[in-house]
Amino acid sequence: MKKYRVTKTYQEINEKIRQGKAVVVTAEEMVDVVEKHGHVEAARKIDVVTTGTFSPMCSSGAFLNFGHTAPRLKASKVWLNDVQAYGGIAAVDCYIGVTEVAEGDPLNSVYPGEFNYGGGHVIEDLVAGNVIRLRAEGYGTDCYPARKYEKNITINDLRDAMLFNPRNAYQNYSCAVNMSDKTIYTYMGVLRPRMANANYATSGQLSPLFNDPYYLTIGIGTRIFLGGGQGYVAWHGTQHNPNVIRGKNGIPREGAGTIAVIGNLKEMSPAWLVGASMLGYGVSLYVGIGIPIPILNEAMAQYTSVKDEDIYTQIYDYSMDYPKGGALKSLGEVNYRDLRSGEIVVKGKKVVTAPLSSYYKAREIAQILKEWIERGDFFLSEPGQSLPTGSA
Amino acid sequence: MYSKKVVIRYTADNVDQPIICQLVKKHDLDFNILKAQILPRREGVIVVELTGSKENFDRGMRFLKEKGLQVEPVSKNVSQNTDKCVHCGACIAFCPTDSLYLDKQSMKVLFDAEKCNGCEFCVMACPVRAMEVNIF
Ligand code: SF4
Ligand code: SF4
Repeated sequence: MKKYRVTKTYQEINEKIRQGKAVVVTAEEMVDVVEKHGHVEAARKIDVVTTGTFSPMCSSGAFLNFGHTAPRLKASKVWLNDVQAYGGIAAVDCYIGVTEVAEGDPLNSVYPGEFNYGGGHVIEDLVAGNVIRLRAEGYGTDCYPARKYEKNITINDLRDAMLFNPRNAYQNYSCAVNMSDKTIYTYMGVLRPRMANANYATSGQLSPLFNDPYYLTIGIGTRIFLGGGQGYVAWHGTQHNPNVIRGKNGIPREGAGTIAVIGNLKEMSPAWLVGASMLGYGVSLYVGIGIPIPILNEAMAQYTSVKDEDIYTQIYDYSMDYPKGGALKSLGEVNYRDLRSGEIVVKGKKVVTAPLSSYYKAREIAQILKEWIERGDFFLSEPGQSLPTGSA
Repeated sequence: MYSKKVVIRYTADNVDQPIICQLVKKHDLDFNILKAQILPRREGVIVVELTGSKENFDRGMRFLKEKGLQVEPVSKNVSQNTDKCVHCGACIAFCPTDSLYLDKQSMKVLFDAEKCNGCEFCVMACPVRAMEVNIF
C-alpha cells in the first residue's frame, strides 16, 4: 500500500460539502492549481474536481413504462412518433434506443441520407415535455386481450422513464480521416476526400475518464451529472477495455474505458440530451455527463491536472481501414491541444480539424456540477465496486 | 423547361387581386408556393417556384411588374439558430469562407454572416440542424 502525504475519505469530503466548506474546481482550473502549488499542496487545498463531456453517444436509450391500459395489452411492438422501441420485455415496458430511425425514413436510398428523426429525437422530445404519439400492438392473450393501443402522451404520462446507456463517456476516441478520393459519411461526421478534414471527439482535459485514468474513484455507484439530472454509473460500459497502451501519465493512447450510466429521465433536460442527425450515417443523441472526482490524495490531484497536450490519440483512415474490420493501422498520434488548435499535420499534410464533442457544453457541465456541490445539492458516493482495471 | 424561384412583394393596393392565378393561367406556368406571408399592414410577400418555357416566364415577369408588384430573385441567407447550436464545431471544417469559427476564449462556435456566401455546406453537416436557410 502506497503511503500518501495527504489522505481524505469520501465521508470527510461529504461532511465539508454539508457544511458548505468543500473546495471545488473544474478539471480545467485544476491544471493551474497543480502547476502553481504542486500536487501535494493541491490535494490539501482541493476537495473535488469536476469534469464534463457532451458528445453524440450512440449506445444510449431509455426504458419506458407507459402504464397498463384498459383493456390490458401486452405490447410486443411499440412505436414513439413512428420510431420503433423494443417491446420484447414485460407488458407495457419498452426500450427506445437512440440510433433507431423513424419508420418510412428513406435512409441512405437518397444518399447521403438526412436522418431527420429517430430515437435520440424522441428522448429529446420527451424531456422537453413535447407530445409524443405512442402506438403499441400485442397479439392478445387471456390476461392481455387488447391488440392495439394509440395515444398522445408526454413524459408525465409515463409511469417510469429511466435513461440507461450501456456505453458512454469513452475514455479517449480515435481521430478520423478519409484517405480516399470521395467524401464519406460516418459516425465521426462527414469526412472529405484526401484528408481534407480530421474529426475527433471527447472533451480532452475536461473529459471524466481522462481525469481518473485507472478508475480509482469512478466505479459502480458513482453519482454523476447525467443529462441535466443526477444519475449513477451502473456498471462498466460495453467494450470497456482497460488493457491498452498508456502514456507515462496513465492516459490511454486509444479508446479504453467506458461506463454504463443510469438515471431518472424525468429529471433531465433537453439542454443536455439533444437528438443528432448524422448526415449519411443515422441518428444519435448528444449526452451530457459530468463526474466529480474526489481528491482523496495527491495521486488524484496529479491525475486531475492532466492537460490537453498530454493526452494522445490515434489517427485512423475511415475510408478503407475502418470499414474493413480487424486491427487498425494508425496513421500517427496527435494530442488534444493540437486537435483543438484547428489544424494538425498527418503524414506531412496540413489537415483542418473539426470536433464532434462540444467543449463549450462540457465546460458548462463541469461548472454546473461544481455549483451543485458548493451549494450542497450534490454529494459524492463511494463506489460499491471498482471498474475492471485490467493488468495495469 | 425553365424553372426559377422568385420573391413577389404585394402592396395593400393589389393584395386582393388573384394575380398568381392570372399569371399561371395566362402564361402557362406551373407554380409551387414555397412560402407566403401577409403582413399586418396588408403588404405581403410570397415565394414561388415557377416552371415553364423561358419565353413564358419572361412574359409572366413583365405581367407582374405591370400589375405593380415587385419581383426579385430569391436571395437565400443562412443563419445560425443560437438556441439550437450546441457548439460542437462539426460545421467548421465545411465552411469555405471561415464564417463559422471557434472562439478560443468562450469555446463557442460563432457565425459571421458578413462573410457567408450561402453555399449551405454547413446546413446538413450540422447534427442538430442549427444552421438554417431563410428564403427572405
Ligand atoms: S455543427 Fe451545428 S451545433 Fe455544431 S457548432 Fe455548428 S452550428 Fe452549432
Ligand atoms: S453557408 Fe457556406 S459559407 Fe455560409 S456559413 Fe455555411 S458553410 Fe459557411
